[in-house]
Amino acid sequence: MNIVTYDGSWQGFLTAVFEIYEYKITDVNCCNMHTAHASLFGKIHHAHTNVVKADRVLTSLQKKLSATAVQNIYKNFLSEISGVENVMVRFIQYVLANPQKVENNFSNSDVLKIHQVSKKVHREKHRMDAFIRFQRTKDDLYFAMVKPDFDVLPLIAPHFEKRYADQRWLIYDEHRKYGIYYDLQNVNEVSINFSIDVQNAATVAAIYSEEEILYQTLWQQYFSSVNIKARKNTKLHIQHMPRRYWKFLPEKQPHVPKYASK
Amino acid sequence: MNADRITEKLAILADAAKYDVSCSSSGSNRQNKNKGLGNTGNGICHAYTEDGRCVSLLKILLTNVCIFDCAYCVSRKSNDVKRAAFTVQEVVDLTINFYRRNYIEGLFISSGIFTNADFTMERLVLIAKKLRTEENFNGYIHIKTIPGASEDIIKEAGLWADRLSINVEMPTEKSLALLAPDKKRIDMIAPMKVVKNLIIQNKEERKIFKKAPLFAPAGQSTQMVIGATPETDLEILYLANGFYKTMNMRRVYYSGYVPISNDNRLPAIGTPVPMVRENRLYQADWLMRFYGFKVQEIVNPLNPLLDMDIDPKLSWALRNMHLFPVDINTAAYEMILRVPGIGVQNAKKIITARRFAAVTFGNLQKMGISINRARYFISAGTSFETKDWLPQQIKHAILAEGSSKYKPNLSPQMALF
Repeated sequence: MNIVTYDGSWQGFLTAVFEIYEYKITDVNCCNMHTAHASLFGKIHHAHTNVVKADRVLTSLQKKLSATAVQNIYKNFLSEISGVENVMVRFIQYVLANPQKVENNFSNSDVLKIHQVSKKVHREKHRMDAFIRFQRTKDDLYFAMVKPDFDVLPLIAPHFEKRYADQRWLIYDEHRKYGIYYDLQNVNEVSINFSIDVQNAATVAAIYSEEEILYQTLWQQYFSSVNIKARKNTKLHIQHMPRRYWKFLPEKQPHVPKYASK
Repeated sequence: MNADRITEKLAILADAAKYDVSCSSSGSNRQNKNKGLGNTGNGICHAYTEDGRCVSLLKILLTNVCIFDCAYCVSRKSNDVKRAAFTVQEVVDLTINFYRRNYIEGLFISSGIFTNADFTMERLVLIAKKLRTEENFNGYIHIKTIPGASEDIIKEAGLWADRLSINVEMPTEKSLALLAPDKKRIDMIAPMKVVKNLIIQNKEERKIFKKAPLFAPAGQSTQMVIGATPETDLEILYLANGFYKTMNMRRVYYSGYVPISNDNRLPAIGTPVPMVRENRLYQADWLMRFYGFKVQEIVNPLNPLLDMDIDPKLSWALRNMHLFPVDINTAAYEMILRVPGIGVQNAKKIITARRFAAVTFGNLQKMGISINRARYFISAGTSFETKDWLPQQIKHAILAEGSSKYKPNLSPQMALF
């Protein structure tokens, strides 16, 4: 088994793909250098990120594949699932080697796997579009803390940029320790190393604008008032709003609605 | 803004609006303009209530004061409930502030009728206009048209809103007369026609002038209460089919009646909400809209009621066993779509995959297509099932696999004992 490592970036991965072809490396095990294990047998090749090489791989993929299929490879990359790189490499080799368009040949197990993982990542992206809750700070920044299963911030940025074009916002990934910040012009990646308990009442009072608490209370009240008790269906509720997202949802914080619903 | 007062109003007016089941926020194509606020798209469900329904819009009444006395409605004038009313500005502020925090996709505004239909409708239109012009808000707005509102005001509503809806309320005119004596069906059908024609006209205009203003780009929808009156599924689905065919309706919603009144014209308080029936009606609705089924194939004078224990597609298949098994490698997409257990996504997957190589049962399972249900109805060269099954046997075999928590409620009509 020949190990090919890269620096963990998307460009780095594409460079690794290039070099697999360049040095005719076979029997590849491609992995992030930070997670690679030393192997007793076989050689280790490290691919130094090279923008030119990465671009060439991307261009040939774009020629060969639909835009969706290229995006699907990227989504697989963002999944950070261990070993996903090998599926991606095999998929790329398979589509480049075939004269026909085979990106939808689901009877090939790598094609199927790429499709399935990108579905998973896409679902997480969609859940972030839904479950992000901004809190307005005293200096008019709309701030949201998240902890997505996959590294989906690059995927959600365009949606939030188009939608909230007239407010400054910051979405911070608590687990991966970076965020995306929109300054009314562009979205940029920012890395800040801080950990605050965003739901802590004291922090809320110190950082957030006065009306923030009012609107959170109103939202909690709304959430409990639209519920129809006669139709209670906890299983369905949990299925749509899995517990792991509750931490950042004001409506799922313990609260007693002032006015009980019927 | 008085925090306590506004919270109380929100509680009352959200509570009164929740029986309107429309929650859709998709189907519009309004984009963000001039770096303003919001856009529309495929629709996002931002939260789900504990009853499992999606929350995508701020759904509220402007007021629950009403001059009408419809027996099935919580806001009827004879009902002893606390009344409240928002000001136009309060609704605007709530919408904008909820939207900016990514709580909602937009606003669904409806109202009890005060003074008269036009007077009420004008206030609703004013809210939408303010949101669009003063706040540069491009999110989703759904306005409930008040029955009896004049054509001019409906026309203006469509200029600001993404979707307009008028509830037909009851499946038949007779039930409407019984339960909502103040309402006339013609007052609902007439505005539907107006909206339909304006939408068609607007589409033509936009073909010529790309910049012509949008008119209700997400179309119109309607809703009826089911289970409050003795109509059969046949009557309900034929009516819905008529709306889809003749009114270009985007959606018909079915709202299972939640008992809220001791009125002896209605099911008593404590009667379970007909959730299974509601679900079956939606399934039938989907079959009509996305699966190419004609309404007569789902319900007809011989089978006027939907089966409660199995879904309408399966029950159609069991009545038409001569059309099966369907060969997944040669059958047309339309026919694969009719196989119980195979939906739109999976039918498309099969069509794509079989271009490369013949699809086997093993492939199906790998692709994540469950064949628990489909296996009685498909073949891939050879049939999956070698034995000849009778429709009744298939039904029992499928029912034996799952268990429904609604089993006690599976009876379609109210039982006497």
